[in-house]
Amino acid sequence: MGDVISAESATTSGEVRIGGRKTEPGFCREVERLSGQKLSACYQCGECTAGCPVAFAMDLMPNQVTRMALAGMADEVLQSRSIWLCVGCSTCVTRCPRLVDLPRVMDSLRQIATRRGVRCPEPAIQAFHDTFLQGVERGGRLHELALVAALKLKTGRLFQDVPAGMAMMAKGKLAILPETPEGKAEVRRIFEECRRRAGEGDGHAG
Amino acid sequence: MQDNRAYAYYPGCSLHATAKEYDLSARAVCAALGVELREVPGWNCCGASSAHGRDHLLSTTLAARNLALVEEMGLEEVAVPCAACFNRLAVAGHELREDASLADEVRSVLERPLQGSAKARALLDVVARDVGTERIRDAVRRPLEGLKVACYYGCLLVRPPRALETDERVEDPQSLDELVRALGGEPVEWPHKTECCGAGLSLTRTDVVRKLSADILKMARDCGADCIVCACPLCMTNLDMRQGEALKAAGERFRIPVLYFTELMALAMGLPDAERWLKMHFVDASAVARRETAAAKSTEAQE
Repeated sequence: MGDVISAESATTSGEVRIGGRKTEPGFCREVERLSGQKLSACYQCGECTAGCPVAFAMDLMPNQVTRMALAGMADEVLQSRSIWLCVGCSTCVTRCPRLVDLPRVMDSLRQIATRRGVRCPEPAIQAFHDTFLQGVERGGRLHELALVAALKLKTGRLFQDVPAGMAMMAKGKLAILPETPEGKAEVRRIFEECRRRAGEGDGHAG
Repeated sequence: MQDNRAYAYYPGCSLHATAKEYDLSARAVCAALGVELREVPGWNCCGASSAHGRDHLLSTTLAARNLALVEEMGLEEVAVPCAACFNRLAVAGHELREDASLADEVRSVLERPLQGSAKARALLDVVARDVGTERIRDAVRRPLEGLKVACYYGCLLVRPPRALETDERVEDPQSLDELVRALGGEPVEWPHKTECCGAGLSLTRTDVVRKLSADILKMARDCGADCIVCACPLCMTNLDMRQGEALKAAGERFRIPVLYFTELMALAMGLPDAERWLKMHFVDASAVARRETAAAKSTEAQE
């Protein structure tokens, strides 16, 4: 990172800028409320980043995400690839001396980014999660073949993994038709109810 | 053999499709060991890698519905073969027990009685700890002599340890190693037992998955393993289906079979369909069945 982000300065209007960029005062609290995690507990030892299997592909290191969220640098954090690349392997939280559940923080940042309509730098990953959940909402269970097909249409990657898919089909490993479990309608109602409560805002503390 | 117990059984979505051989071998092995598995009627998707990124209440409720169904069956524990499903059900169960207000909210969404008493157990844990290595050793008909096995636990079977409430040593778990020893095989010492394969990025950031999987495959080979054994359909997809492309990208030419631990058990126990399931993998695993392992070959060469 070329620019310094450590220098803080309060302008006359009371707004805090870091490295010339505006910060959002309530952001840390919003993340803490959604994730149930205390961001200020992190003392920046970097254990999370050292053990993160996908850090090599990230633009912000996991410990930077925590610190920048704490400092209210909402735009930088919400526009980062890192919040989408986290695979939730929990290596970081397992090793964190302060027990910060960073995957929960990443989950919350995805939720905020989605709610605010921030352009996702990893559109395929976002499309994957949306498609996955649409499928579960519709059918109660995930139909893998439908997920792959819908994802191909959304991302335009029509030919990726076609040979592997054909081989799976030949081995009898792809169910052609979705299952229709008894609880299908109930699952749909759970989705609707959770959406309604999320829409009402500050429902649960997470 | 008097302590046979019945467990609720949660196969999860993958075991009804891409991980069919995991389901078939799990049921066969448990039946042979006298472990009764009763599939949870009307189970739903656990939400796995997607729901928790959308809404914590949703992800907890999706998992909780399955736990409520287990309670309705009158059973205390649900055996879960898929590591990802196990993780979701176990973490949700833990949170419901720890956080009374969350439990209340989940109950009000669910509209079902939910005590939070049902406990999710990894099928591996049920087999290795409840059945125990002694009974498994007794059931072995064709010991895996000379077979060097890389025991791959991956992430979700062991982490995060506090929420999963397991007694595995998180950085160096042992249950799969003990199981392989009971089958007559030899677990190799290797440092990648709990490294991540890239999991749910398989379809979207395949480049990341190729790198992570290649690292695991190369380390298993370098440590002298004849095969890798795992307990997760996603790990299987990334290590088996993507093995060719991952190793090609890494400039490697070898192949190493990947098996579910239940398939390895079925082989050692001499169950009739064991070799048929191995044909459902991408990397030919029949060499493991025929014991054409590196170790066996080098003994032959010496003779």
